Amino acid sequence: METIQPYTPKEIMTIMAAREIKNGDIVFSGTGISMLAAMAAKNINAPESVIFFETGAIDSLLEELPFAVADPRIMYWAASNSRLTDSFATMQNKITGDKVIAILGAAQIDKYGNLNTTCIGDYFSPEIRFSGSGGGCDVASFVPRCIAFMQHEKRKFVKKLDYLTSPGQLEGKNSRKKAGLRPGGVSVVVTNMGVMRFDKDTGKMYLDKFYPGITPEKILENTEFNMDISTATRADPPTQTELKILREDCDPQRLILG
Amino acid sequence: MTNSLNKVIPLKQAIEQYVKNGSHISIGGFTINRNPMAAVYEIIRQKINNLHLYAHSNGTGLDELIGAGCVSKLEIAYGGNGKAAPTCIRFAQAIQNNEILFEDYSNYMMSLRFMAGAMGLPFLPTLSGLGTEILTKWGFSRSMRKSDPKIVDEKLIVIDNPFGNWTGASKVVLVPAINPDITIIHVQKADAMGTCSIQGLSFADIEQVKASKQVIVTCEKLVDKEELRQNPDLNQIPFIHVSAVCHVPLGAYPTAVFGHYDYDSRYLRKFAMAAKNPDEFKKYQDKYIYGVKDHKGFLNVVGQKRIDAIKADPRTGYAVNMKRD
Repeated sequence: METIQPYTPKEIMTIMAAREIKNGDIVFSGTGISMLAAMAAKNINAPESVIFFETGAIDSLLEELPFAVADPRIMYWAASNSRLTDSFATMQNKITGDKVIAILGAAQIDKYGNLNTTCIGDYFSPEIRFSGSGGGCDVASFVPRCIAFMQHEKRKFVKKLDYLTSPGQLEGKNSRKKAGLRPGGVSVVVTNMGVMRFDKDTGKMYLDKFYPGITPEKILENTEFNMDISTATRADPPTQTELKILREDCDPQRLILG
Repeated sequence: MTNSLNKVIPLKQAIEQYVKNGSHISIGGFTINRNPMAAVYEIIRQKINNLHLYAHSNGTGLDELIGAGCVSKLEIAYGGNGKAAPTCIRFAQAIQNNEILFEDYSNYMMSLRFMAGAMGLPFLPTLSGLGTEILTKWGFSRSMRKSDPKIVDEKLIVIDNPFGNWTGASKVVLVPAINPDITIIHVQKADAMGTCSIQGLSFADIEQVKASKQVIVTCEKLVDKEELRQNPDLNQIPFIHVSAVCHVPLGAYPTAVFGHYDYDSRYLRKFAMAAKNPDEFKKYQDKYIYGVKDHKGFLNVVGQKRIDAIKADPRTGYAVNMKRD
């Protein structure tokens, strides 16, 4: 029987992602829960982190939560409002790019952390078509660290992607290097059940942390591929301070937390 | 593209003159921001079809054009429209029902392709996309590419870094230039010659304009040349790139224009709901697009109440505390 936790799945996911962000990081963010994680990090553990959008706005004030990366709310009081060619260059350029941590979502992920945001079914005649890469493929190609936010379900943690939109460790081992990519891609996966990382040598996903009330076995049941759970430990749940800041300072109207 | 002192013409005439069946076209803006919607609705009213659309992340304009059947070929990075439609609905349906030919890129690839076009280069290199299916899955077949002189023979090409390992890159992806027949953007300020001042993010508008053979600018404010020449640092587009200027206040509605008005989340949601059902979508189009003469007529149907609700606050540039559904 599961015990009732004093926080919601969205809250623990947000805090787990926020803990990945270090002081001084440039956080490439989308909207929704990924931006909330960036805001939580800034308010809790990384006061000098900077939020950055692919549309070209950097360090926006965000007096109101934006609902899109082209929302006029990100243009107010930014350090600069530039353009797409600039924002991606900032990530492709190693001098700034190495400081970037990205937060991405996807419809499917495989054991090497490759992401599909394009379609379910055949590419040319899909059952479901999604929005496509946007800047996802660019970021996952350029920057050393990416957090993938996912709901932990078998149909999302798949043996084979229907389309490889954004590169993780490709086929594992040194295949990223062989393809010509820098080290990088998805380095951590945060779900509603736990936190996964990737083995340095094989590039394969392993379970690092499982949330209170969740077992490693339950995570395996919701994952189509095999995953090493032997070193997994229970995650430290969100602290009262973390939850207070998240609820009161980051999303007081619960626009994203629900 | 002229140096004429006065390029101001009505929008209807500009679309008739520059957008033809089969034109290769790009539109400015990004998802729910600064799409040239008045021009998009005019294209739909004029029933222009068989367009080849180049898009990075055009949202509202893209979905209206596809929904109206104006687009037959699409090169795209992202088809989403904010909270109302995380995936653009008519875009997804058109692909799922095999109604258009499409080819996927990333946002940086599409932006660089416009930049290459603007620079007069055949291609630019990037480190994006190596090892992904964006490189290997071609939406346009090799034979189709060969038979159409307006479509480049290869989608993307990977080469070894010709400078050895310089800067640490072993390989680069070459993205081919785009030079659209026509690009349409909506800006805050333009003068009669076509010089433009964009406030807020410019997305890829500048590259798109400079890559294009013809350019239509629609503007919130048509200002005197003197006003723009006093602050040339704030002007991103000089008149030499522009073919026609159309004064269309609220010309990006229902998308946002920083400093002027917000996106209308209620309208965008209504559009998304209608887009899911063919009968509802036809009713929507009849009411808001085909049933009106021009953008003024469209705004009359929308009503002053919505226009007032999205008015931007002068301090922040957006509608503070606007109810967003």
